[in-house]
Amino acid sequence: MSIEAKEEFRPKIVAFCCNWCSYAGADLAGSSRLGYPADVKIIRVPCSCRVNPMFVLRAFEKGADGVILCGCHPGDCHYSTGNYYTRRRMKLLFSMLDYIGVENGRTRVEWVSAAEGVKFSTTMNEFVAKIHSLGKNVRLEDLRCKN
Amino acid sequence: MQELIRETKPSASSQALVHRACELLSDGTVARVLGWKKGDLPYNPEPAFFDSAEALSSFTYDAFCGANLSKYMIEASRLEGKTLVFLKPCDTYSFNQLIKEHRVDREKAYIVGIGCTGKLSGEKIHALGIKAVEAIEGAEDGMLCEGQESASGKTRAAEEAAAAAEIVAPADPDAVLTIQTLYGEKTCAYDEVMLERCHVCKGKEHKIYDELLGQSRETKNADRFAEVERIEAMSPQERFAFFQSELSKCIRCNACRNVCPACSCRKCVFDSNKFDSSQKANVDSFEEKMFHIIRAFHVAGRCTDCGECSRVCPQGIPLHLFNRKFIKDIDTFYGEFQAGEDAETKGPLTSFTLDDAEPGIAEGR
Amino acid sequence: MQRIGVFVCHCGSNIAATVDVKKVVEMALMEPGVVHAEDYPYMCSEAGQAKILEAIKTQGLTGIVVCSCSPRMHETTFRKAAERAGLNPYMVEIANIREHCSWIHKDTTEATKKAVILARAAIAKVNLNAPLQPGESRVTKRALIIGGGIAGIQTALDIADAGYEVDIVEQSPSIGGRMSQLDKTFPTLDCSACILTPKMVEANAHEKIHIYTYSEVEKVSGFVGDFTVDIRKKARSVDMDKCTGCGVCQEKCPSKKTPSEFNRGLNNRSAIYTPFAQAIPNVPVIDREACIKFKTGKCGLCEKVCQAGAIDYEQQDEIITEKYGAIVVATGFDVIKLDNYDEYAYSQSKDVITSLELERIMNAAGPTKGHLERLSDGRAPKEIVFVQCVGSRCADERGKSYCSKICCMYTAKHAMLIRDKYPDTHVTVFYIDVRTPGKNFDEFYRRAVEEYGVDYIKGQVGKVLPQPDGTLLVQGADLIDNHQVLIRADMVVLAAAIEPNPSVRGIATMLTASIDTNNFLTEAHPKLRPVESPTAGVFLSGVCQGPKDIPETVAQAGAAAVKAIGLLAKDKLTTNPCTAHSDELLCNGCSTCAHVCPYGAITYEDKQVNDHGIREVRRLAVVNSALCQGCGACTVACPSGAMDLKGFSNRQIIAEVDAICR
Repeated sequence: MSIEAKEEFRPKIVAFCCNWCSYAGADLAGSSRLGYPADVKIIRVPCSCRVNPMFVLRAFEKGADGVILCGCHPGDCHYSTGNYYTRRRMKLLFSMLDYIGVENGRTRVEWVSAAEGVKFSTTMNEFVAKIHSLGKNVRLEDLRCKN
Repeated sequence: MQELIRETKPSASSQALVHRACELLSDGTVARVLGWKKGDLPYNPEPAFFDSAEALSSFTYDAFCGANLSKYMIEASRLEGKTLVFLKPCDTYSFNQLIKEHRVDREKAYIVGIGCTGKLSGEKIHALGIKAVEAIEGAEDGMLCEGQESASGKTRAAEEAAAAAEIVAPADPDAVLTIQTLYGEKTCAYDEVMLERCHVCKGKEHKIYDELLGQSRETKNADRFAEVERIEAMSPQERFAFFQSELSKCIRCNACRNVCPACSCRKCVFDSNKFDSSQKANVDSFEEKMFHIIRAFHVAGRCTDCGECSRVCPQGIPLHLFNRKFIKDIDTFYGEFQAGEDAETKGPLTSFTLDDAEPGIAEGR
Repeated sequence: MQRIGVFVCHCGSNIAATVDVKKVVEMALMEPGVVHAEDYPYMCSEAGQAKILEAIKTQGLTGIVVCSCSPRMHETTFRKAAERAGLNPYMVEIANIREHCSWIHKDTTEATKKAVILARAAIAKVNLNAPLQPGESRVTKRALIIGGGIAGIQTALDIADAGYEVDIVEQSPSIGGRMSQLDKTFPTLDCSACILTPKMVEANAHEKIHIYTYSEVEKVSGFVGDFTVDIRKKARSVDMDKCTGCGVCQEKCPSKKTPSEFNRGLNNRSAIYTPFAQAIPNVPVIDREACIKFKTGKCGLCEKVCQAGAIDYEQQDEIITEKYGAIVVATGFDVIKLDNYDEYAYSQSKDVITSLELERIMNAAGPTKGHLERLSDGRAPKEIVFVQCVGSRCADERGKSYCSKICCMYTAKHAMLIRDKYPDTHVTVFYIDVRTPGKNFDEFYRRAVEEYGVDYIKGQVGKVLPQPDGTLLVQGADLIDNHQVLIRADMVVLAAAIEPNPSVRGIATMLTASIDTNNFLTEAHPKLRPVESPTAGVFLSGVCQGPKDIPETVAQAGAAAVKAIGLLAKDKLTTNPCTAHSDELLCNGCSTCAHVCPYGAITYEDKQVNDHGIREVRRLAVVNSALCQGCGACTVACPSGAMDLKGFSNRQIIAEVDAICR
């Protein structure tokens, strides 16, 4: 290990939030001044079921250290059933990512309602802490061939 | 190249299939036949369309005819008249799945379900150090026949009766291949060079057919998910290293995609600009992972585990390990599901239950 | 290439105090496509919007990004501004640098960095935006009110008076709701029935109002302006047209052992019953679980005594399907179960009651004919203790976190009424705080203390112990005098928390209306759109949205009615143009997308295509944009990427991802 001063690790975290519940929950966290690290950047989607696995992989490809999806609670989806598909898709995708060595902690799905500003903030704080504990997602930026 | 192929008498199974194909062509039931023709080497027959009895002279059905012909029926469904297609038991799952997705026209297919003895891999023969192969004995028949004469000209009823009758051709699990090479004669066990998928065979039953010909051999002798479980048990670092070393071999030749019966899109997302991911050459380390994960995800719940991807990969990447992982997870989380079991049931990614498992932070690990 | 203008709002100091807006402008100008960037103290103001208009015109902008508050706040404002300048409104994107940035981050450097990235993402997206045209959909001029309490009745009357058809669906056999159970109302001590019954009668008589009692909403489909609803009219076993409401059947019914729901189980009712005398409709129902005829096949007495021949044991549930333009939820509340609060001995003593039970006891039509007496022995209580906040304002899982809002006032009312009618009865109220915000509320409470001599003790009751002599030993604490209080009471009244009617969860799911952790329905905006649900066309009336008293409920009911009328008055609605569409050359016709579409908006057609010179007929997905609500489920299900969503396209979202991860 080198003794050079380490640059502070600032993770890149992409949060996909559905327009109806979680984005509003994030707004509520904002208006309630419930802070969370600036590393989290939110992308608004109409429904969590709009999130294509391609988007998640793209984020990792471009150097994200963590990706989180937030949607309405199961049963409360604005489009009735969207989050049920999300739940299956992401369950399988995250399991696959874990399988190829992208730890489960780097991916997360959380259901946050429009009234849960506190939960939004808590979730983001937890998630960022988790990413900090896992460290930089260097592996996906490794050179193509081993050695 | 031609001189490399040693002239041999057509095998019993080839003869039986050709005979039936000629009958169906001549009585006008079908306009063409989809089968296999001899390749330039003893172990690489390839899918081919035949439109006449004469053309069928190059037809073969031997133990190397692993190619799943279902996907070719997409093209054949657009042609005039019916196409006779020979499907092995495992191929019929793919065909069902293609019907479910409206990619093939059932009415345009005359399906002859054929027996299978377990298909062999030229790569595995090479891997044993057997190179410069000139001829292979013991792999001439792709299925078990009752003998040349009786195998031909069967109605469904007669065939079913025959299925119950005694099998003439040997079904010896200890069968041995005798291989003539430039360096002399070599031998190896049949099972030793069988395709991985045959060791985890889904069974001898055809899920869809118009008539049946020949018999199959039981070849299953391994656990389908053993390899997936072995990888799951590794540490994240080990898993990453494993897939990195495997996927680093990928040259993005797209053979896996082109052969896959589930990858039946007119135009692949990786070839369109819809996701800004059209680069063929990998621009960074993640590209090939993304490609293979997305490919596996796109076929998740639709992949019948036919194993064609791994069979055709020129780099020998065990691509089926991605599909198997999804299949294993689907079975675990949502109940056992076999794509192509029928042509109606909704796939696991287009259905849900109210209390599905949550994508929690960690699954035990 | 787009010509993009970026407008950075200070929001006074809300943004500018934490985000270096000049830096955001400077950085935005370096982004591809950006030809103009400026900042302004209030972008949403007239002057701010004028700046946007000006820039669009002089700079020939084709897209704009506003870095400001949440798009849920001012997206519409800025879209309209763009439209006024001749720009398609869907060429506007918002970078949320207030709620998602300045308000949650303290460090200026960090917040500025993040604001720049959020701006970049919006710029990257708008680079790929395309003009969108909204479609139109029709409006069915009929409203559905779910719940027939005072909220539902008032909303129905207001909508019907505006000339629109209204249906009320009420699950119990009569409309009236909780208010019909109350004796007097604060702060004027009006008789509840006296002011409610005329409204019930008016609703019943109104030619535009149709009331379905003993009915439930079973299924809801469609969307704003065009909902289709299945209503289950439960079998009443009594013909509504024939029944004269004479009441003989109820008198003669031999099964009289079922606890009366209306009287909170304090007395019993017959198997064939109307909940209360003024019930509307005045037609009884047979409770099939209690009815001897239904249980054993014998009896049939009601049929024999019914002169009108209205009894119909064969009656079946009926499903009525009706179309509505607007739906108002007015499902009201219930009091919580007190299982978690057994220290108050509610389950152990008949003389520990809830306030709603006290209402029934005080009511002339109640189980004691309005005489204040102990349910255990019929004696008049001389010492009554009221316990406030039972299950309200609770910090843990045991109760509710919120204030039930009405308890302080009704307890003052109860105390006052008891002291007025029974001056020799001593009344003590244990409270955490007395909350009296409302017109004449504090004056009312002070009268209870000052004129009626009610003892208010700030402090909580720890335990109520039933004594062998039938009295109740109340152990409390006086937090002001800081000492223990022991009272030997004859009656203890618990101000149990109120909670949304349990049926609301299922209704919210059917309506895809969001609900909070306490099962109260969520408003579209807590301050600015308090009577609208985030789901278009669904409005909120009464306690289903949050605790409130009668005047507030009536006011909100009127507000919900106005919102519904505003919708019904339109002939056509413009539809969200952010719908799915399929690229014909990429579509496989595989049907996967249709499997996941919740609206049945995707169908398949055999269409002639020209794929780079190849002409052929292909099975292709076709999206009905009037039905599509734009969730995007199909876009992910589609393996070939043929299905995409306007306004949230694959490339747009990927551009945002790239901009964030850059």
